Amino acid sequence: PGPPLPAGGEGPDADPHLAAGALCTARGPLLAAAEVLALDDEEDDLEVFSKDKSVVEVNAFSPSVPISPSSMINEYKFEDGPELRDLFITVDDPESHITAIETFITYRVVTKTSRGEFDSSEYEVRRRYQDFLWLKSKLEEAHPTLIIPPLPEKFIMKGMVERFSDEFIETRRKALHKFLNRIADHPTLTFNEDFKIFLTAQAWELSSHKKQGPGLLSRMGQTVRAVASSVRGAVKNRPEMFTEMNNYMETFSQKINLLDKIAHRIYKEERDYFNEMKEYGPIHTLWSASEEDIADSLKGIASCIDRCCKATEKRMAGLSENLLPILHEYVLYSEILMGVLKRRDQIQGELDSKVDASANKKTEKDLFSEEIGKLEDKVERANNALKADWDRWKQNMQWDMRSTFTNVAENNLRYYEE
Amino acid sequence: IEDCLAKKMEITVSEAEKRTGRNAMNIQETYTAYLIETRAVESQSEGQCAPVDSLWRRYSEFELLRNYLSVTYPHIVVPPLPEKRADFVWHKLSADNMDPDFVERRRIGLENFLLRVASHPVLCQDKIFYAFLTQEGGWKEMVNETGFQLKADSRLKALNATFRVKNPDKRFTELKHYSDELQSVISHLLRVRARVADRLYGVYKVHGNYGRVFSEWSAIEKEMGDGLQSAGHHMDVYAASIDDILEEEEHYADQLKEYLFYAEALRAVCRKHELMQYDLEMAAQDLTSKKQQCEELATGTVRTFSLKGMTSKLFGQETPEQREAKIKVLEEQIQEGEEQLKSKNLEGRDFVKSAWADIERFKEQKNHDLKEALISYAVMQISMCKKGIQVWTNAKECFSKM
Repeated sequence: PGPPLPAGGEGPDADPHLAAGALCTARGPLLAAAEVLALDDEEDDLEVFSKDKSVVEVNAFSPSVPISPSSMINEYKFEDGPELRDLFITVDDPESHITAIETFITYRVVTKTSRGEFDSSEYEVRRRYQDFLWLKSKLEEAHPTLIIPPLPEKFIMKGMVERFSDEFIETRRKALHKFLNRIADHPTLTFNEDFKIFLTAQAWELSSHKKQGPGLLSRMGQTVRAVASSVRGAVKNRPEMFTEMNNYMETFSQKINLLDKIAHRIYKEERDYFNEMKEYGPIHTLWSASEEDIADSLKGIASCIDRCCKATEKRMAGLSENLLPILHEYVLYSEILMGVLKRRDQIQGELDSKVDASANKKTEKDLFSEEIGKLEDKVERANNALKADWDRWKQNMQWDMRSTFTNVAENNLRYYEE
Repeated sequence: IEDCLAKKMEITVSEAEKRTGRNAMNIQETYTAYLIETRAVESQSEGQCAPVDSLWRRYSEFELLRNYLSVTYPHIVVPPLPEKRADFVWHKLSADNMDPDFVERRRIGLENFLLRVASHPVLCQDKIFYAFLTQEGGWKEMVNETGFQLKADSRLKALNATFRVKNPDKRFTELKHYSDELQSVISHLLRVRARVADRLYGVYKVHGNYGRVFSEWSAIEKEMGDGLQSAGHHMDVYAASIDDILEEEEHYADQLKEYLFYAEALRAVCRKHELMQYDLEMAAQDLTSKKQQCEELATGTVRTFSLKGMTSKLFGQETPEQREAKIKVLEEQIQEGEEQLKSKNLEGRDFVKSAWADIERFKEQKNHDLKEALISYAVMQISMCKKGIQVWTNAKECFSKM
């Protein structure tokens, strides 16, 4: 059904004029491409978090009760089953801090654990977004071919608007909570030393720990090398499996971005519908005041319309609490995965260039062969790590998609039933 | 209602056709003609079908008919015609008079108009109406020969002009307020409903995008593929379902529109009463002043200031013969005036009586029709929700298999 998507991945009929015109075309059987609402080019630039007031209002209906670690048992899929989980983390209680230099938000991170390597069974620390960034980069350093979960983006604004609206903070808090829990669930990352320090260290301890280690320059070096290796072109000896992964990720990334746009568009249309409906009910009440015989019928309709309004609000809340954050997370994941695949290619590239170099300098063969041996090990470790993590990621993705779309269907069922 | 035409005759407006022709100013124009079919009901016994008579009429002829009826029966709430131009349009509907959907809805509206007239106890007996249904040629001339345009009171058209009526029947004053409120509230409702329909359309149609993307995504998935693909199909079904839903809702909107236009007809009857009352009061006032003049002339006293009196005082009295002549003229006029006043009074009372009878009939009809319309609207909404439940139940099943 419908024409194939253009390679650029912009979605059907990215011409903004068609966004309005598409609705005026003649009706036909199910899938005339023009019949479906076109997705505007503009939505590319849509800022990460909507600043719309009415969206804030809707979120006011969704309970923002902090999730306690103990109530989290069923929230995430555990590879080994909930009984084996021994690390529970929550992120809550955002607080504003104002200093002479800056204003920033800290979040409370509470950890409950039964693991032996932790000195205590409970920890409570405060962390700011910067700290999370630090943790992510440390994990990437230590495990270049593992899939490190995404962090919510920095606040990128198109124009002047108040930073740190309640809605923005709440969305970020939920994403940070997810981030830490994904790490906790990961069979390798969960035992990472920096992760442990992040969860347990007091503020001054964390600062001093951050100052140790390779630090910024080394990270930049890695990035430079990664860019350099990608400039060199496709890796010659890339195993078939990873080419398949690359192809998969290209398509997946395209589709998940589209789904993200579609979901946001649906949210917007529902909100607009809700706004019109708010005016619709009261007109019937007004009319009933001039009537006698049909006054009750009119009042009945007015109250029905008002209840439909409430149901619409719930449906919108369902979208913004569940589907939108998940789709967004996977949009970020697809970027991360492309990065991981590149890093693997880069590691392989190091091996390949060493092998090439050794072929030209027969005299230093011994020296090379030791290096090559190390690099071959490195490549094998990287490949295995990635393969295992890829399988795990795919399983989680499947579970997440199934769960979130089923939730969307349930929300719609509840909406229509109400 | 037993004797009304609607019982004896089946009336339908069965077809609409685009035509081109030359109008009165010899200019080429395109218009739509509607086929009116009639068939006598009685001879349908014993399985025999009576022959169908048919003729074509265009909208302007319907307008002429209605104008004739409004002028000839000013005490009747005359059924309204469907709108001349598409109004309360939401952006998927066309505002073009030639658009097939508009033409179709107008066809239904015109049929409804004819049926309303045919079931009205008074209007159905009108000869011009009967000829409209049965006599193709020469009908326009027949209407014009009745001279109804001369009877039309141009003041009725000036809706905003106020007449200082001292003693209108309070019921008509209240009714006029009611008709104003009804008009205002229904047009507000129709405007908002059109916007709601627009938004609802948007919500449904965007879901159609899911269908395509799911389908493309399923191509790269192994275990998730089937679930995605079939869920996508249901999203397409969902997106497509809104077209029928909203088309049905248009019929509901048309039912409300009829009563929006009926409010006009109601107001026209109230206006007519006001005008009659005004004319009556003016005539009574005129009679009183003539009587006074007469008395003054007779007794020679000037009770009220008049320019004539002053000038006659200044420029000399009139002769007794002149005065006598004047008095005689006035007495004749007073006689006439009293007769006229009597008949106007009678006319006014008759009008109030018969108008109010039709208004009661109209009120019952209105309450019945609107209640039915509201019920059918609720039923439509329920059906829409049931469809939604079905689609999303199916979709949920597909998602859970992903």
